[in-house]
This record gives sequence, structure tokens and C-alpha cells, in this order.
Amino acid sequence: MDIDLITQVLFAAIKTGTPLLFIALGEAICEKTGVLNLGQEGMMLMGAVVGFMAAYGTGNAGFGLLGAMIIGMVMSLIFGFLVLHLGANQVATGLALTIFGTGLSAFIGSGVVGQTITGFQPLSIPVLSDIPVLGKVLFSHDVMVYIAVFLAIIIAFVANKTRLGLTIKAVGENPNAANAIGIKVLRVRYLAVMFGGAMAGLGGAYMSLVYTPMWVENMTAGRGWIALALVVFASWRIGNIVLGAYLFGLASIMHLVLQGMGWSISPNLLAMLPYVATIIVMVIISADKYKEKLLAPRSLGKPFDPRQMA
Amino acid sequence: MIQVQARTEPSTLMTFASPFLAIVLTLIFGSLLFTALDKDPLQALHVLLILPLSDAYNISEMLVKMGPLLLCAVGLALCYRANMWNIGAEGQLLAGALGGSTVALMFVDSNSAFAMPLTLLGGIVSGMAWAGIATLLKVKFNSNLILTTIMLNYIALYLLIWAVHGPLRDPEGFGFPESALFSDATLLPVLSDSGRVHLGVVFAIVLALFAWFLLAKTHLGFKIRVYGADEPAAIYAGYNAKAISWFVMLFAGALAGLAGVSEVAGPIGQLTPNISPGYGYSAIIVAYLGRLHPAGAIVAAIFLAILYMGGDLAQIEMGIPIAVVGMFQGILLFFLLACDFFIRYRIVPLREKMA
Repeated sequence: MDIDLITQVLFAAIKTGTPLLFIALGEAICEKTGVLNLGQEGMMLMGAVVGFMAAYGTGNAGFGLLGAMIIGMVMSLIFGFLVLHLGANQVATGLALTIFGTGLSAFIGSGVVGQTITGFQPLSIPVLSDIPVLGKVLFSHDVMVYIAVFLAIIIAFVANKTRLGLTIKAVGENPNAANAIGIKVLRVRYLAVMFGGAMAGLGGAYMSLVYTPMWVENMTAGRGWIALALVVFASWRIGNIVLGAYLFGLASIMHLVLQGMGWSISPNLLAMLPYVATIIVMVIISADKYKEKLLAPRSLGKPFDPRQMA
Repeated sequence: MIQVQARTEPSTLMTFASPFLAIVLTLIFGSLLFTALDKDPLQALHVLLILPLSDAYNISEMLVKMGPLLLCAVGLALCYRANMWNIGAEGQLLAGALGGSTVALMFVDSNSAFAMPLTLLGGIVSGMAWAGIATLLKVKFNSNLILTTIMLNYIALYLLIWAVHGPLRDPEGFGFPESALFSDATLLPVLSDSGRVHLGVVFAIVLALFAWFLLAKTHLGFKIRVYGADEPAAIYAGYNAKAISWFVMLFAGALAGLAGVSEVAGPIGQLTPNISPGYGYSAIIVAYLGRLHPAGAIVAAIFLAILYMGGDLAQIEMGIPIAVVGMFQGILLFFLLACDFFIRYRIVPLREKMA
């Protein structure tokens, strides 16, 4: 394998991992407060279509990002109301959100299928991008790749070093105790759910504004689900999520590498790779039952009802 | 003024009323949506709900769609009752179609009496195997069942697409990604003069009734219900949790596999890349709408089949995109989950506080 190919592959791995990174970061915060939102795929698709339509309509990709974040939050509020206010089952509600988002995005996006936009162009960071290999791999990306990394750093800082991070942890580990010391558990969870929605929207927008850039029905192809798995592999740790997202990006483009090396395998078989990789990693990581129980937020998936506290 | 109050025990009335309430709310929402889209809401509802039942041909087409929905939903209902979050009916259905087709293609030039039973068996076993992978990973390696079953759905889809482009492609099919047509001996017999209702639909109803019997009248069914309602109690009672998990998953896999093979050996008659419009996912809604009860699933599957059928008709008659069906399904589940709130809570007048 020559150096050019390696450079191309690593560059593409980072690009492919970026939407996963957005979604997994949002979902990690959501899960840290004890809420499991399986609606990532639905929110992501809505972010993709609304982001595309906003960018297409205004000619400005920035509005696309804004629209994607807003629709992601709106979608997450439907979920939030059902599970937080009405105590609905989180698994069922998340699935409903995915089914709804898949249908709605196909419905509203039918008019813009096949249209194209310019989206975000790659920026070459001066000086750094001239470094051989690394310059291309790390410093010649579009702006959203850097936004994702920047957000990861901020989120890691907030989660680990601030009072807000402790509040999030308290709510996720023991909502009753958090409530007893005066933390508004439902408010924290609502905000976390909305944050997750905005991030899923951004992940979707990355697909339709940068990665393709166009809108096709179901274009996220299970990335929302892979991101959910990623949060589990990463043991809810932000640093692991960043690493995991790029490794999954690499797994998703392995078919290019194999083709480049002259393997002749059907592209349909190679398309299975990211999903197979997800299962394999999941098996390796979760085989230790006690470790996972230790690391998962203790109240994950369980409703908290302040009505029953009084 | 009013306030929300927890009920001392869940309301039986609301348990049954909630799905109907959710359907009514979905229809009201739909009418508003159609009005906003400048489509006559009454005409839209007529096309979506009445037209699918308007003549023998449409009813038979509706039943053809009900079959796979019901088979998948009955299996899922049992899984969910046993706390096994199997989202993999779609993949198990596709695996069934693929496995069944592999057998069926051995009988292309044959009118052997074994062709049809062996094809069905191939589909059932493939569906069970696909469900078995996820179960094994869950029971042995503690893997998250929701995520493994979802991943297996995607893998099954690509495996099927690969097969129709490769080993199972019709050599005389001008390169189209389709298998050869199955022989008449392989196809499920059609039961009506007008339309395509086939034996698979009968299987679906019989198996739903069987599952009802199993759940209500057998010791195994009792164990499943106890395990789902109170896992610690079931373990304390000495129930074998793994055996229950294996049973519900393999049962669901068999039913979904049968649904898949009944599609290819039924109305389709060959293996093509798009044999399912998401039946396995819609079956999740059918299972919930039917209150995780096999009998309820029959009613719910008929409703969803009408919606599928109505969606097709609405696209032809009124130019409404077919995606509206998926959206309605999501909204229906949202409303159902919201209405279920009143199973556990009630609204009562606010009592004056003592001074």
C-alpha cells in the first residue's frame, strides 16, 4: 500500500467518522442523565433533510446547520415529553421517533431528491496543511470536522471538570438523591435530551451538506444506530467516543482500501462491514457483564416521576 | 381545576381503549395535515381507510399485507412480554426469504410435492437461525439485543441484495437483480378467485391463535408472562431465564422467517431486492397496538394493512407520497404511548387545600 492511499484512507476515515461523532456525543450526554433515546436515526434523518432544504432554499449552508439543529431539538422534545412527562417506555418511544422521522423525512424531502448544493468546502489550515501526510489527513477538512472535535473537547471538559457535569452525573446515577438535594431532575433531563437532538441534527446535516452532499431517502443507513452502539463501546467516556468514531469511520470505508489493494469482493458484501464490525466490537466489550454494569449510568432507561416523590 | 393522580392499580378499561383513542387522534392529526397540504381531508381518509375495504380485490390485497405484519408482530409480542427487545423481525423476515428462495430455486424445473413444504421449512429455519445469532450473543456474551438485532437487519438486507446480484440471480434474466421464477409446485396456493390471498395468510391467523393459546393456557406461556412482569420473582421461582429467552426469540424468528418465505413463494413468486416495505419494523407498532397480545395483534395487523393499502391508493388517486404511511405509523405509536399514560394515572378535580 503506497503512502498516497494511506493518506486518502485516513482522510476519509475522519470524514466518515464525523457524523457518528456528533450523534454519539449528544447521546452520551443524554444517557449520562439516565435517558436512553433510540430515536437517533429518526432525528438524524430529519436533520439531514431539513438542513438540506434550508441550505438549498437560502443558498447558505450555515442556515442548513441551524435548521438541522432546530428540527433535531423539536423532534427530541416529542420524545422528551412522552418519556419525561408521561413516563412512557424509553425503548418504545425511541423506536417511534425513528419510525416517525424516517417517514416524515421521506415525506417532506420528496421535492428536493436529486438536487445538489455546494455545502461546505474543505479549508486548508495554513502552514499545518502543508505537512506531508498529516497535513492532508488532519488539517485539510471542512469546518464541521473541526467543530465536532471542538465540541468533543468542550463536552469532555464540562462533563468532567464542572459543576454542571456533576449535576448531570448525579441525575443519571441517582435521580432520587439528586432530587432530594434540590436538582430539578426533569429539567436537566429535558435539556440533555434537547442537546442530543441538536447534535443528531448536526450529524444528519453533515451527511446531506458535506458528505454526499444531497438528500436521498434513508441516506443515514443506520449511522444513528451505530452511534448508539459507539456510546456503549466507549463506556460513556468522551475520549473513547472520539477515537471510536474515527475507527468506525475507518471500518466503514475499508471496502475502498480492499478494492485499492486489488481484492475483488462484491460491494454488497463489503457494505456489511460496518454493521459486522459493530456486532464484533459489541461482543468483545460487553462480554464482561460486571464491567458494563459498573460503567453504565445507573438510572439509564428508568423513568423518574416527581409525582411519586411527594 | 384538575390534577393528575396515580391510580392504585392499572386501568383495564384504558388498556383496551387506548389503542382506539390513539387511532382516532392519529386520524384527526392526519386530517389537519391533509388540510394543510391542500388535499380534501375527507377524501384522503376515504382513500386511506374505506377504499382498501371497498371490494373483494382490495380486501384480498389488504389480507396479503396483513399476513407478514401479523406473523412478525405475534413473535415480537412474545419477545417483548419476556423483556427481549427484539427489533430484528425485518432481518429475520429477509433471512427467511433468502433461505426459502435458496431451497425454492432447487425446484425450478420440478413439480415435486416436496417443493413447497421444503421451501417453507427453509424460510422458517433461516429466520430462526438469524434470530438465533442475536440470542446467542445476548445469552452468552451479554450483548445489547436491540443493537445486535438492528445490525443484523442491515446485514440481512445486504446479504439478500448480494444474493440477487450474484449466486441467486436468474442466469436468463438479462442481468436484472432477480432470481428465476419459482415453479408452480413451489408457490403457495391462492385461495380466492379475485386477488392473491394465499395459504400464508391462513398460517398467520392460525399461528396467532396458537400463540394466544400458548400464552394463556400453557405452563410455558405462564412462565413467559411471569418473567416479563416480574423478572426477580421468575428467577426466584427457579425459571430458566435463558430457556425462556431462547424460546421466544426462536419462535419469533420462525414466524418472521415464515413471513419472508411466504412473500417470495406467495404474491412475489421470485426473490427480488425489495420484498419488504418495512413489515418487520411496522410489526413493532402492530405488537404494541395489539397490547402485546396475539389476538390484539390480529386486529392491529388488519388496521396497519389497511393503512399500507390506503397509502398505495392515496399515491395513485391523490398524489400523496407513500412516505405518509411511515409517518402515520410513527404518530400512531406516539399517540398510543401518550394515551397509555392514563392506564397508570387519572385526572381528578383538584381538591381545595385546607386552610
